[in-house]
Amino acid sequence: MDFQHSDDRRMLADALDRWVGHTCTFDARLAAQASEAGHQRAWLAQLGELGALGALFTEAQGGLAGAGFDIAVVFEALGKGNVNEPVLTSAVLAGGALAAAGAFEASHAHQALLSAIQAGETVATLAHFEAGGHHDTAHVQASARREGEGWRLQGHKAVVPFGAQAQWLLVSARTAPAEAPKREHGISLFVVPADAAGVQRSDYPTIDGQRAADIHLDVALPAHALLGTEHKAWPLIDEAIARGLLALCAESLGAMQTARDATIAYLQTRQQFGVPLARFQALQHRVVDMAIAIEQTRSAVINAAAAFGNHQAEPDQATRIARDMALSAAKVTVGQSGTRVAEETIQLHGGIGMTWELPVAHVAKRLVMIDHQLGDEDHHLARYIRLSTGVPLAA
Amino acid sequence: MDLNFNDDELAFRDEVQAFLDNDVPAALTDKVRSGRHLSKADHEQWHALLHKKGWLANHWPEAHGGPGWTAVQKFIFEHECALAYTPRTVPFGVNMLGPVLIKYGSEAQKQHWLPRILDGSDWWCQGYSEPGAGSDLAGLKTTAIKDPSGEFYVVNGQKTWTTLGHHANMIFCLVRTDREAKKQEGISFLLIDMATPGIEVRPIVTLDGEHEVNEVFFTDVKVPVANLVGTENKGWTCAKFLLTYERTNIAGVGFSVAALARVKDVASKVTSHGRPLLHDPLFAARLARVEIALENMKTTNLRVIAAVAGGGAPGVESSMLKILGTEIRQELTSLLRRALGPAALPFPTDVLHAADDDAPVAGGGLPEARFAAASYFNNRKLSIFGGSNEIQKNIIAKTMLDC
Repeated sequence: MDFQHSDDRRMLADALDRWVGHTCTFDARLAAQASEAGHQRAWLAQLGELGALGALFTEAQGGLAGAGFDIAVVFEALGKGNVNEPVLTSAVLAGGALAAAGAFEASHAHQALLSAIQAGETVATLAHFEAGGHHDTAHVQASARREGEGWRLQGHKAVVPFGAQAQWLLVSARTAPAEAPKREHGISLFVVPADAAGVQRSDYPTIDGQRAADIHLDVALPAHALLGTEHKAWPLIDEAIARGLLALCAESLGAMQTARDATIAYLQTRQQFGVPLARFQALQHRVVDMAIAIEQTRSAVINAAAAFGNHQAEPDQATRIARDMALSAAKVTVGQSGTRVAEETIQLHGGIGMTWELPVAHVAKRLVMIDHQLGDEDHHLARYIRLSTGVPLAA
Repeated sequence: MDLNFNDDELAFRDEVQAFLDNDVPAALTDKVRSGRHLSKADHEQWHALLHKKGWLANHWPEAHGGPGWTAVQKFIFEHECALAYTPRTVPFGVNMLGPVLIKYGSEAQKQHWLPRILDGSDWWCQGYSEPGAGSDLAGLKTTAIKDPSGEFYVVNGQKTWTTLGHHANMIFCLVRTDREAKKQEGISFLLIDMATPGIEVRPIVTLDGEHEVNEVFFTDVKVPVANLVGTENKGWTCAKFLLTYERTNIAGVGFSVAALARVKDVASKVTSHGRPLLHDPLFAARLARVEIALENMKTTNLRVIAAVAGGGAPGVESSMLKILGTEIRQELTSLLRRALGPAALPFPTDVLHAADDDAPVAGGGLPEARFAAASYFNNRKLSIFGGSNEIQKNIIAKTMLDC
């Protein structure tokens, strides 16, 4: 048993903390969000230089590390700093799908794209979720059919993270009808240049300080736009989502610690009835409950990162189920605890917790909205039960 | 980062499992498994088995008869015992008094009392709580005044919640030796023979109908001064040491793992609307939530143990694990009760005290129905004893908030 991170991981975490402290400060983040671009494009490349993006991929995938604990370390630091740049969608989701498709091979049509993503030189995004699907990961109604030498892709994608800022879109589309009970069958993934004719993007801010876009596609694509095998993109999407779940859980863990520390500092400083708020037992016990929830979350992230493994071998069925159960367990924990920590942070700060000018209020928003990405607490509780009992939930 | 036990630890686990499989009579573990009452002889048999193996005093240094286990080994042992439904080791002598004597006792006290703890000559109980001193332990009022000869303390007062005090021949007590001093000062740690004139033990029957705890009354009880442990008026140091003494099993992960398996087993046998209760969405959701919390706590517990093994001292972590562990165990007793539905209502006290469990199950339920509700009510104690969960939160807050 050893619960210490390796020196490499600790050094990376320290470097990211310093970078947040010097560069990606609260004021700089607010300014970036208020700018026309809606974020600070240069920061992604800086994260690439620090090795934070390369750490998300194995050496065989063109990266530096790539184990579950590497993803966890990077995103815990990003969560602590409330960094709102497109790391998740570009490097973890789009990059993860590309890596799973073998795009790191020198001969691969999208090798240059994956390399650029890993360096932070380009922004890609996974355009998978659609309106009306709630958290159903297999809800894909966009379609693609063969046209000439290539493809014609048509459909709508909703709330695509950094959809308007991305230069590349990884778009899921049905190339064959869903076959019950495997609705995941018949989905293909396409690499679409964001500036292709027939791509319309409407950009908007999100409540947690990021950007998203609704995207309408009616686009002609060359043959090599197809990523992987026709109809069989599910393993790529599944791998991307698995990485994304681990990243989100670790991000939440980092954000919870920032929220806890800010709340404790506030309770120690703010005086009412002639004493610091920290003296009131009703408030003390709520902070303790937060702290216990955070320790449980750290354990959930450790369990998930360990189950995620190191990509040294193709996982067998049992390993995959164990991984998905640990990921869902962590997302359930994060959904429950992240929301609770956010709500308690606002409540314990009182009126000031309601203000835009308070940095931790923005952390609280991110904590809550993490539960809206890649499946919420209920979705993952149901998935956990299905994986654990082998029987889907039915009322 | 590595969540696995090493080869030595795995070999140790095999050794513990072999002991539990081969050396512990099934009649004993069957009693625990079926929720039946354990007699004094049952407890003594378990202690004797462990003593024979050299594993009873596993918290003691090797010089005093401990096996020299690491924190991880202690965890593995306690975990495997829980999974095997062994009786719990009665902690008062071996896990509480033993370490206090080793740290604060005189050479004569160690030589006299420690072997008697190991071989079962003495059954110790704990005289801490009083009617007016529960969570506020330092508010205790039982007095010990030296008689004019200087050979005896004369003890007057009352202790309460004395677990298994009706089996005990000895009690260690916190008593007030200086009534003028500030609260925590003026307390001493005294060893008292229960056969001394002036001691009366009265049962307290708990809400599950069991006699587990007692009141102990002291009227002019003469205690030799040689039975003082440590320095007079400095007993609070011993008391705190005892309360914070390494508690590797405070989370009770093994108990919860066993309880979870039992709930799943029962829920797979109970049918509701034509399908196993295990597949009822609302029940399944409750069960999955506690299973996830338990998986998290397992790792939280191992993290604390690894920190202890690395030389760290568990502070607030022990309090966190106490809260988490008891909440999870209580939720599992609640789920077992709920899983049985109306069959949980019958209260067959005769069967729970029987030597075997051959009698038919009242209400036509599963055998677990005999004790599920009683066990649920009994285990409400978990969040009250050992420093209530609210006291644990005060302890954590004091450190975290520096208040």
